[in-house]
This record gives sequence, C-alpha cells and structure tokens, in this order.
Amino acid sequence: MKTFLILGAGTGGTMVANKMIDILDMEEWRVVIVDRDETHYYQPGFLFIPFGTYSPADVVKPKRNFLPPQVDVIFSDIELIEPEQSRVTLGKAKKKINYDYLVIATGSHIHPEETPGLDDEAAWMKNVFPYYTLDGATKLGNFLKFWKGGRMVLNIAEMPIKCPVAPLEFLFLADWFFHERGIRDKVDITFTTPLSGAFTKPRASSILGGMLDDKNINLVPDYNIMEVDHGKQVIRSYDETEIGYDVLVTIPTNMGAEVIGNSGMGDELNFVPTNKHTLQTDKWENVWIIGDAGNLPASKAGSVAHFMLDILIENIHRDMEGLEPLPNFDGHANCYIESGFEKGVLIDFNYDVEPLPGKFPLPGFGPFSLLKESYANHWGKMMFRWMYWNILLKGGEMPFESQMSMAGKWK
Amino acid sequence: MTTLENITLNDDGYMTEPAQWTEELATALAEKEGITLTDTHWTIINFSREQAADSGAAPTLRQITKGAGVTTKDLFKLFPKGPAKKVAKISGLGKPEGCV
Repeated sequence: MKTFLILGAGTGGTMVANKMIDILDMEEWRVVIVDRDETHYYQPGFLFIPFGTYSPADVVKPKRNFLPPQVDVIFSDIELIEPEQSRVTLGKAKKKINYDYLVIATGSHIHPEETPGLDDEAAWMKNVFPYYTLDGATKLGNFLKFWKGGRMVLNIAEMPIKCPVAPLEFLFLADWFFHERGIRDKVDITFTTPLSGAFTKPRASSILGGMLDDKNINLVPDYNIMEVDHGKQVIRSYDETEIGYDVLVTIPTNMGAEVIGNSGMGDELNFVPTNKHTLQTDKWENVWIIGDAGNLPASKAGSVAHFMLDILIENIHRDMEGLEPLPNFDGHANCYIESGFEKGVLIDFNYDVEPLPGKFPLPGFGPFSLLKESYANHWGKMMFRWMYWNILLKGGEMPFESQMSMAGKWK
Repeated sequence: MTTLENITLNDDGYMTEPAQWTEELATALAEKEGITLTDTHWTIINFSREQAADSGAAPTLRQITKGAGVTTKDLFKLFPKGPAKKVAKISGLGKPEGCV
C-alpha cells in the first residue's frame, strides 16, 4: 500500500484530499490527512465579526464534514518532517508515517511576538487586537460594540501577509460601521503600512488609495513598525516616528508553520521554497505545496489555493506517471474587497498582470465589475461563503478558470 | 564608463539593465538617495548581490538582516525609509518580492 500524505486540513489540504480520492486507485493507495484542529474556519469571514455582520458560529464547522470517508483523518500536531527519509513524526498521535507523496498545506499564521511590546499582556486583547484569528476578531467585536470613539490605528507589521486586501476591507468596513453607529465624526482612522501605497500593485493601489481618501482614512505608507509602547499608547517605527492610538488593530508578522522551521525546510519566515509555476518544492521531488505554505510571490488567499488545485493535481499525477510537471501556475488571484455600505470591489490578477478594470467572469457582461465599486460585488462576496462550504472545499467545479484570462479586462 | 546619465531606470527607480551595474554606479545611485556608502553599506550590497545571483530575486529585509549580520534598526539607519527597496536599487537588483 502506498501513502499519499497531506499535512493540514484547511482550504488547500481539504480540496486536495477530495480530488485525490478520484484520481488514485484506492486499492493501491491510502490517503492520510493530518491536522491539529478539528474545526474548519472560514477565514474570509473573520473580517465581518468585529462589525457584527457574522457571529463566530457562521464561520466554523467540523473538518470531518468536508473530508471524504475514504480518507484517513488524524487529528494531531506534527512534530517533525524528514523529507530525506520521506517520513513524518506526529506528536499527540505518537506515530511515524512514511509517505510516497507529501502535500504541505500547513498555511500561515500570525506571530505578534515578532514585534516587541505587541502582545504584552497589559494591552493584548484589551485595546490591541488582531482579527486574523477567531478569538481576536470576536474580542475586537465586543470592544467596538461599546467604543465611544477615538484614534483607531490599523498596522501591518511586515509583508507578506495572508489576504493582502483584508486590511483595506477592514478600514472600509470600519468607516461604514462607525457611520451606522453615528460616531464616525468621533473616530480618527489611520492605516500604517510598510508598503509604499494602499496596495501592492500600482493601478489598484492608486484607486484603492483614492477610496481611503474619500472615506477620510489617513494613509501612512513606508511605515515599518519597530515596537508598541502601550504605556504611551503609541506605535514606533524604525525611523522613530510615533503614532498614537486608542485602539490598535494589528496584522502581525505572518509565518509558515513552526514544524517547517523545526524541520529545516523553510526560509526565514518558515515558508517552503517552491517552484512558483509547478508547485513542486525546490529540494524534494515528492514534496508539493498548496496555499500559503510555500514562498511563492502570489497572494496568500483561499482563491489562490483554489486556482493552484487543478494544476497541482495534474502535476502530481504526471509525476506519478514519470512525466515532467507543467509550469502552468500563473499566480492567479481573485479577491472581493468589501468597501462598506453594501458595496464591493473585485480584483483579478496574476504574477505578470496587475489588477485592471473590466467585467468578470463573463467579458462585457459581468455580473461583477473589476476594480470598481458595485453592489453586485458585495453580494458576490456574501454568496461566496455558501459556495465555499458547499462547492469549493469539496473540490467541485467553480465558474472560474485556474489561469487568469485577459478577456473582459481593459488595459 | 557607465554613469547615471547613460542607464535607464523603470518607473519605480530600479535599473532596467542590471548588467550595466558597476561599483562606481552604486556610489552614484546611493548619492541620489542621499547616502554616502561606507564599508558596512558595502557588506550589505555585496551580500544582496550574491543572494540575488543565487535566488534570482532581491533579498527581503529579513534575508538581509539574517544574511549580512546587521540589526533591523541599523539597517534603517544605513538605508533610511524602506531599506530592502533602497538596497535593491543601489545594488542594481529588481524590486524585492516580499510585496504581493
């Protein structure tokens, strides 16, 4: 019996498990998936929790619901990966697994301890909150419900981060939320980012930056946080610029799983060096990547993991048949950006083509508008949660192609 | 000799023909950024060029601090404001790929 092992049962790992059972001869193969957590989190939903649009119950379901019965599911932490031996040691489950193929889908996670003072007990989850965890998003929601106003600062500690549009969405939704609560005039919102503008790509950066301006949100670009001084309630940058806050919403340093670092497989942020077009790791032929776990210069987002899926599966299948993998992954990302007041913006881009205006997915028709606010875009995002739980995770067909298309885009 | 006058920079200020890079040019590019190069600057520039030759991409801030043995705080003093971008510009490399 040969073993196909998947580490991580989040968006990427779950989709791979569902696809592999269709491809592999289950008389010959066993498919094993390991994750330390029994709960599947719909991470795009965390954004809505601080503003009361979603409750925690809307974004969690048991992982088992999305994994086919043919798959051997083990809930355990992973102690060590030994790629030279094709072996993985599990902690809690106290066993070793020898694999023939390994897909790493261990994702990325926030590390507030990388910034001095950020997670000091005196302020952490009191007036300093992350919203990239369910706990942080929930506590921030409880705080904002009763907040009387003041200075809100949203800081990105360093790039890359998971879902690079999420900070902008947070700001747009905060503006809307405070309007609804009737205290927008009492809230000063500031966005401090290590990027040189609102976003990473020039055209989108300029349009989204303009939207920040229209909503009276201050943008402080090229801001590299050094420390948080919660006594003085300021964040301080490496060039000693202090910015005061009453509530600090933080996107701490994002890193790959600790087991990647402990196993000596990652770069300085524990991301696994990976071929950005084939999704095979640089060093080990039988180790592959999906989602955030690799060092690819693509956005770390569920939509990207979805666009990787068919290419990854085909390449693994080719490798099993002794064929070379195809360099077909183009870095395709597709992101709904909530902009508040029941509107949204949609962007669609890849390694080479920045987000452009146009219509999506049907050229000229839409119903979604690219790089432009519309009500349809907002409803697309709201509908997406249903599609995620019911179609995407189970590896079903979605109305989007893996590779980006120029049709419907205006240069 | 290659000088600032006969090289082209892209919209973001990175050299379009990295093969034209010379040490004299680095000194001139640094002056344009208001930086006078010292030995420590050169350690970082040399490390970054070696790293880029290896990986094909300009190093990120973390790769520089770890690889060239300099603290982040000092790196910001040597190359004020965005050091990873400034190092890449002066070293004749492309934009660091941390920004996606």
